[in-house]
Amino acid sequence: MNDVLDVALRLVIVFAVFMVLPLVVGQTEHKVMAHMQGRLGPMYAGGFHGWAQLVADGVKFAQKEDIVPAGADRRIFQLAPAVALLPYLLVLVAIPIGPGEGAVGQVVDAGIFFVLAVMGVGVLGSLMAGWASANKFSLLGGLRTAAQLLAYELPMLLAAASVAMAAGTVSLPGILDAFEWWWLPWQIVGALVFFVAGLAELQRPPFDMPVADSEIIFGAYTEYTGLRFALFLLAEYAGIVVLCGLTTVLFLGGWHGPFGADGLGWVWTLLKTAVLAFVVIWLRVSYPRLREDQLQKLAWTTLIPLALAQIALTGIVKVAIS
Amino acid sequence: MTLAAAAAHSGFLSPTGVEIAFVLVGIATLGAALVTVTTKQLVHAVLWLVVALGGLAVEYLLLTAEFIAWVQVLIYVGSVVVLLLFGLMLTKAPIGRSPDADSGNRWAALAVAAASAGALVWVVVDAFRTTWINLDGPAQGSTEATGSFLFRHWVLPFEALSVLLLAALVGAIVLSRKRGKEQS
Repeated sequence: MNDVLDVALRLVIVFAVFMVLPLVVGQTEHKVMAHMQGRLGPMYAGGFHGWAQLVADGVKFAQKEDIVPAGADRRIFQLAPAVALLPYLLVLVAIPIGPGEGAVGQVVDAGIFFVLAVMGVGVLGSLMAGWASANKFSLLGGLRTAAQLLAYELPMLLAAASVAMAAGTVSLPGILDAFEWWWLPWQIVGALVFFVAGLAELQRPPFDMPVADSEIIFGAYTEYTGLRFALFLLAEYAGIVVLCGLTTVLFLGGWHGPFGADGLGWVWTLLKTAVLAFVVIWLRVSYPRLREDQLQKLAWTTLIPLALAQIALTGIVKVAIS
Repeated sequence: MTLAAAAAHSGFLSPTGVEIAFVLVGIATLGAALVTVTTKQLVHAVLWLVVALGGLAVEYLLLTAEFIAWVQVLIYVGSVVVLLLFGLMLTKAPIGRSPDADSGNRWAALAVAAASAGALVWVVVDAFRTTWINLDGPAQGSTEATGSFLFRHWVLPFEALSVLLLAALVGAIVLSRKRGKEQS
């Protein structure tokens, strides 16, 4: 009975984190973008600096009519948002935020593979939406999504493989147990490649060609309204949380910090994740959108060679110190 | 892992939960695979293929081959299916039925599929008939066990496969360059 309770409690906590953190990132994006552009952003909802803006947005989305275009492939169209969102919930289960068994939803033996595999499934949601909408803009968006994923999956995997080589394990808590501070300069190139490739996989600016709202009207999501559209948006923000958390765990040492007692490891994890999420928002405000050919060029001619060089460096250092 | 160890103690006629789950998932996987090749809606076929490949990953998990299961999801669901969908989007596949999705070769294809399935099953059964796996030790399908097996006992096939993939890669580059010259 105790085991069942333990599992249930862990799942409830992971689900709560999954519901709250993406909204926090979304609200931060509203405010940070506004202040970077000399605006105030939401100020009224909830009273204090518009903290309840996204709750109000959620209520608005829930009230909207749920429309499925007549020409669409009904089942797949309706299923797509769930396919896009659920993988991020599953990934969150495996990310450790502190040392020990108590600070991770479930210890997965092949953690890196689990996380990257399940994250890759999420893109199927966009592809299903793009194809099933019976809309040319959606189809273009789906095509671009697929092309982008094919290009950026490889550097992401290679960068993650470099960390796994350095730690000698593919389990996420195992990697953090093996972490030393000098891994930071050692793996910095891999970290950059991983983060950039992750951004591209999430289709965040400057890699938002597949959803470019000013060209193809949000790509695969053109035909979506109401709650299903909100689910796609939630998937994007959950993706930011997952990507930042993963980068923290793999490259920035997770719960390790320059100071702080044993009990405060999770604060370090959350702090690093928050800083990375801020960088994600910052990039959106600072950089113009990359063109499709520039996107592909960046992946194949810059990121992949960099990731391979990182793996070679990891191998050399690993042999030298052992 | 402990579930599989427990499964070893019960007999053939008193199946454990894991064995029942294995059979059920197997049936679902087979059903999805059948729909994949019989449906007339092209994109639905790809999505049913996702179900079949995912079911296969679940089977690996139930056999405690965790590493293989995640690699299955990563490579097949994450990359191969995306590539298939990408290719399909470039065609004129309609929403709804494609009347010309049937092939006249279907009986020949069925014969080839049955023959290769028979050959695979026969080879695997023949090769591992006398192999016993000790379920009391560390899980045989864990990442560590798979890795050391791969790089201790199977290095040569592994490297041969790498060379094969490299050859395919070079071939793809050669083919694409040739076409580029004709256009210019």
